[in-house]
Amino acid sequence: MSKALLYDATLCIDCKQCEGACAEKNKLRYDDAVAAEDKQSEHKFTVVLAKGDKYMRRLCMNCAEPACASVCPVAALRKTPAGPVIYEASRCMGCRYCMVACPFGVPKYEWNKLVPRVQKCTMCSDWVEAGEPTACAAICPTGATKFGERDELIAEAQQRLRENPGKYVNHIYGLNEVGGTSVLLLSSVPFEEFGYRTDLTRDPLPLFTYRVLSRIPDFIPLGGMVLGGVWWITHRREEVAEAEGGHEPTVFYPRHDDRRTK
Amino acid sequence: MKIKLTFWKLVFFFIMASAVYATYVRFAKGLGPSTNLSDQFPWGIWIGFDVLCGVMLAAGGFTLTAAVHILNIKRLQPIVRPTILTAFLGYLLVCVALMFDLGKPYNIWHPLIMRNPHSVMFEVAYCVMLYTAVLSLEFSPIVLEHFNLHKPLKVVRALLVPLVIGGVILSTLHQSSLGTLYLIMPEKLHPFWYTPLLPVFFFLSAIAVGLAMTIFESSMSSKHFGQHLELPIIQELGRVLLVVLAVYGILRFEDLLHRGVLTLLFRPSYETYLFWLELVLALILPLILLTQKRIRTTAGGLYVIAVLVVLGFITNRLNVSITGLESSAGVRYIPKWTELAITAAIIAAGFALFGLAAKYLPIFSAGEHRPTLEEPETAAPAGVLSYDGD
Repeated sequence: MSKALLYDATLCIDCKQCEGACAEKNKLRYDDAVAAEDKQSEHKFTVVLAKGDKYMRRLCMNCAEPACASVCPVAALRKTPAGPVIYEASRCMGCRYCMVACPFGVPKYEWNKLVPRVQKCTMCSDWVEAGEPTACAAICPTGATKFGERDELIAEAQQRLRENPGKYVNHIYGLNEVGGTSVLLLSSVPFEEFGYRTDLTRDPLPLFTYRVLSRIPDFIPLGGMVLGGVWWITHRREEVAEAEGGHEPTVFYPRHDDRRTK
Repeated sequence: MKIKLTFWKLVFFFIMASAVYATYVRFAKGLGPSTNLSDQFPWGIWIGFDVLCGVMLAAGGFTLTAAVHILNIKRLQPIVRPTILTAFLGYLLVCVALMFDLGKPYNIWHPLIMRNPHSVMFEVAYCVMLYTAVLSLEFSPIVLEHFNLHKPLKVVRALLVPLVIGGVILSTLHQSSLGTLYLIMPEKLHPFWYTPLLPVFFFLSAIAVGLAMTIFESSMSSKHFGQHLELPIIQELGRVLLVVLAVYGILRFEDLLHRGVLTLLFRPSYETYLFWLELVLALILPLILLTQKRIRTTAGGLYVIAVLVVLGFITNRLNVSITGLESSAGVRYIPKWTELAITAAIIAAGFALFGLAAKYLPIFSAGEHRPTLEEPETAAPAGVLSYDGD
């Protein structure tokens, strides 16, 4: 079964302990300066945004069918059955297609390093693999970030929406976006206010390229046959013409066309 | 003439000198200090121009080899070699550009053993590798002839037809796959350019640019290498170009119509201006000029048309890869001088290598006494290679 995170913005108190725990887990520097930064970066994988007394977390959505993993030519990014989308730096050649493809703009790059890596939240994959919650969920004092089975978290989110009419925007963000994500969000203010796009397709993005790519195995033998056939016909004509008594070789165009070129 | 050549030489050395320093910055300091790329805008002109346009400009290679070797249109034979040379140089330079753009260029071979067939980039990687190999084999007879190496020449000649067929298939896949790359971002790429037909458009426009580049090269070669201009041949190419552009134009219009984007065309915006620039350069002006027989049949007219088509589709590729992605990224991308220096050096190297090859190798005239790859009956008139560049 696939694990997920449910973040309920109405329970969040902006204590930023998830940010600190995330930095510690991923061995990143975390001090007041980093805490004050209000965007995800190559040294800050999750961020708590604040607008008045409304808060919202941003982190890698760990999509069910991630665009980043589908576009990676060397499979450096992979979706694990447990839920996290992981990254293997040693495979990466730095084409940055993942960054261009991600609908949430999550993967960040170590632009100033000579051996750069793509950096993003990988949902504490080693802990999740061992059945432990993620660092951010484990430390959350209010239960705003909750770790669990995706199906159970969806049921719980639906229940919260049902039982508190008017409290939430009636939408579980991540339930269907780009085919579903392993991070689910609930909020009392529109998600757009914190930069979450609500116009995303419900189709998994990898479908858009796979529709084309899946035709290649048929195209190669078919193309080869057609081209080979055309070659055979055009050259056979010439042979026949020669055998029939040394006429000028027949060319692809009618002969009167030929005169122009002489 | 002498002064002009010296001027261009000065330009060449200036570009190369700045590129040497830019290369130092790129590999000693990293991508951050050497480019204006950012997390919001991870692909710049090294991808948008050097790779996308580089591959597109090399399309004459597969277009012309298909016409001559598959369709057996023999009278196009004299211009096959220059197009193979352009394609070969084009692909080599694309590989060079990739070494600059990749974050870890020494891992460029990874797709060989780490496969992800669901990735368009994986397909692109294989197409670049395999087609560069095919092009080097298609190009090899020119070198083998020059050094009188008959045995390997025979082997390559025997392989010619399968090579050409393989090359055409790889090119079709590769040209279109550069469009497929952008299919994964339906929400990011501006609706002027995002369409499920992107791979078709990239392929068709590559054929148009391949023809235009061939006309352009023939004109340039006749100017600078004292090569006799094959006017009837480029007239023929001009007619085919008209058909390809018309088909492309109709499809493009239908696509905009069915996606309901036509109304956006008259709403002033950053994207609208650049979209119109692309349309005017790549389609409207060339189509108007090509339908005028008076213009279509003259060397000067064809040259202007070819330049317009090339510039128009360069604008198209830059629009897809840069303009169309800026709004959703929320940033404006302007390349840093280092990015421009490397790109300029790659273009300059292309011209210089073409000139050198034309001077020292039998590109324009297949030698009479040497066994040639093609049938000797239609060999080009033995033009005197009188390039006095040095």
